[in-house]
Amino acid sequence: MTQTISRPKARAAKPSAGARFDTALGWSPRLGPNMVLRILLCVLVFCIFALPFVAIISGAFDRNSSPTDISLLPKSFTLRNFEAATQQGLWGYLLNSLVVAGGGLLLQMTVSVFAAYSLSRKKFRGQALVLLLVLLTMMLPEEIIGIPLSLVLGDLPLLGISLRGSVLAVILPVGIWGFSIFIMSEFMKEIPGEIEEAARLDGVGEFRMLFTIILPLCKPALGVIGIFGFMMVWDQYLLPLIAANDPSNYTLTVALSVLRNDTTVGPGVLLAGALMAMIPSLLVYLFLQRSMIRGITSGATKG
Amino acid sequence: MTTAPTKPARSLTRAPDTGQAPARRKLRNSKQLLAIWLFLVPAAVLGLYFKFIPMVEGIRLSFFKVQPFLGDVFVGLDNYVSVLTDSRFMEALGHTVVLGVTQTLGALVVGFALALLLEGQARSLWILRTTIFLPVVTALAVVGEIWRILYFPTADGPLNSILGWLGLGPMQFLNGTDTALWSIAVVGIWSGAPYNMVIILAGLTGVDRSLYESAGVDGASIWQRLRYITLPALRPSLVIVLTLAAIRSLRSFTEVYVLTGGGPAGSTEVWMTRMYSLGFQRNDIGVASAAAVLLLVVTLLLTVGTQLLGKRKAAR
Repeated sequence: MTQTISRPKARAAKPSAGARFDTALGWSPRLGPNMVLRILLCVLVFCIFALPFVAIISGAFDRNSSPTDISLLPKSFTLRNFEAATQQGLWGYLLNSLVVAGGGLLLQMTVSVFAAYSLSRKKFRGQALVLLLVLLTMMLPEEIIGIPLSLVLGDLPLLGISLRGSVLAVILPVGIWGFSIFIMSEFMKEIPGEIEEAARLDGVGEFRMLFTIILPLCKPALGVIGIFGFMMVWDQYLLPLIAANDPSNYTLTVALSVLRNDTTVGPGVLLAGALMAMIPSLLVYLFLQRSMIRGITSGATKG
Repeated sequence: MTTAPTKPARSLTRAPDTGQAPARRKLRNSKQLLAIWLFLVPAAVLGLYFKFIPMVEGIRLSFFKVQPFLGDVFVGLDNYVSVLTDSRFMEALGHTVVLGVTQTLGALVVGFALALLLEGQARSLWILRTTIFLPVVTALAVVGEIWRILYFPTADGPLNSILGWLGLGPMQFLNGTDTALWSIAVVGIWSGAPYNMVIILAGLTGVDRSLYESAGVDGASIWQRLRYITLPALRPSLVIVLTLAAIRSLRSFTEVYVLTGGGPAGSTEVWMTRMYSLGFQRNDIGVASAAAVLLLVVTLLLTVGTQLLGKRKAAR
């Protein structure tokens, strides 16, 4: 289990050399002032990074009329916050979010796998230009092209249809993500060409080649683009904001600002929404944690 | 679809097989070529519609005074001049840089400290590392809303009551013009540091343990050990990641928008929030587009510069 974050194989060969040299700071494994200090610091770190989440969960199930009422343990358990949030359309927002995340991620991964296959397994004229254009898309996140993108979403050139107010207005733009294409094609490049050649001699076509031969070998990379893609889609804020016709189109993350303004029940309503917005990312993280760490440490940059 | 070069390549440069009839190979090659472009079509269509057309449109709009129903008027560089002479944009630029630098460096230092503290094989450490990674996985908007509550500015607000136990006065946090920007920076550090921790931890496992041992034999202090063994081993992996993070922070929007929306009194206005309010709320699309183009150009130059520097270093 530990190898998800630090790989034991990188350790010194002789453990007898003393665990004191296992860490940069030379933490001693024996009980002593050193150990006590480390435990205290760990508790402090835990409080700083994890307690806010405990407070959210507690606050979501607690009666509270102002942020000052929030505590780490609910004083009186209630579902009132969720009832109020339901009236504000919590489940509709969550549904929007899930549809966008599911559809967007599926599209993004498919597009990336296809593009990566032709960029990495083949050589063709114009490849360098295509690579350059993919790089350029990475310089064009929603923030930078937000204003013209909102115009384009309202009136697609040539097609003349408006995507605004539909989930497609978020799903389609997140479908193209250079980061994901690059991760995938870097990985595909590592697959030895002999495998492909052997299959080709057997008369395997391109689609079967990709789906039955190449992709099964790419599972680790699929995990990486899966979790990074999910986080990228789930984290979208400006895009759903400009793609919406009215607040009922908002995804849950954007809709939090709507829930925030509930003055009758209090901040618990917002916390109920925040909790619902956290659960999917939490689940994905717990299942794909290994891929996440692999993605980060292989030099992947966030975003 | 036209993102692909206009001239379709006529032949594959290298066919993987040899010793087959040329006619058959030719057929195979053209079939393969078709497949290559077919596989690129989805990416090309999406890229064209949602990246390149908006980019070109944005550049075009930046030269026009955009007026719905009245027709756009070409104004040359006027929009750029109004961005660069707008005092609020210049203030926003200052805030953006301060925020970006503080967040990036802060997240580095805190991430480094976390990595040093939590380095090790023990299962308890692994659980703690997994737990404190939560802020990274949580959507920024959620993080922002959490902190809005923690920062509640009365004396009995969550964070203020903790400060109260420590004997520190209640702070205004997001509501004070002096504290708001730093409060946002803290949120950025909180949600960015664990990410850096993971990168640094991976770097730490690559450090040769025997060096620590010999340093111990030579009686080097902990500080010397960090300075001369650990840091040099980490530097290459960190520099580029951090520079890219700093460049990315130029376009930070969500956390500022959620936490303060640019207020109070414009004290946390960053480039993106200024652009957003001009473009979407005041409908001054021409000027907002000029601001976007400037941001794009700066981002492009800095990124290309970083990559080139990185490549040159790697080559050396």
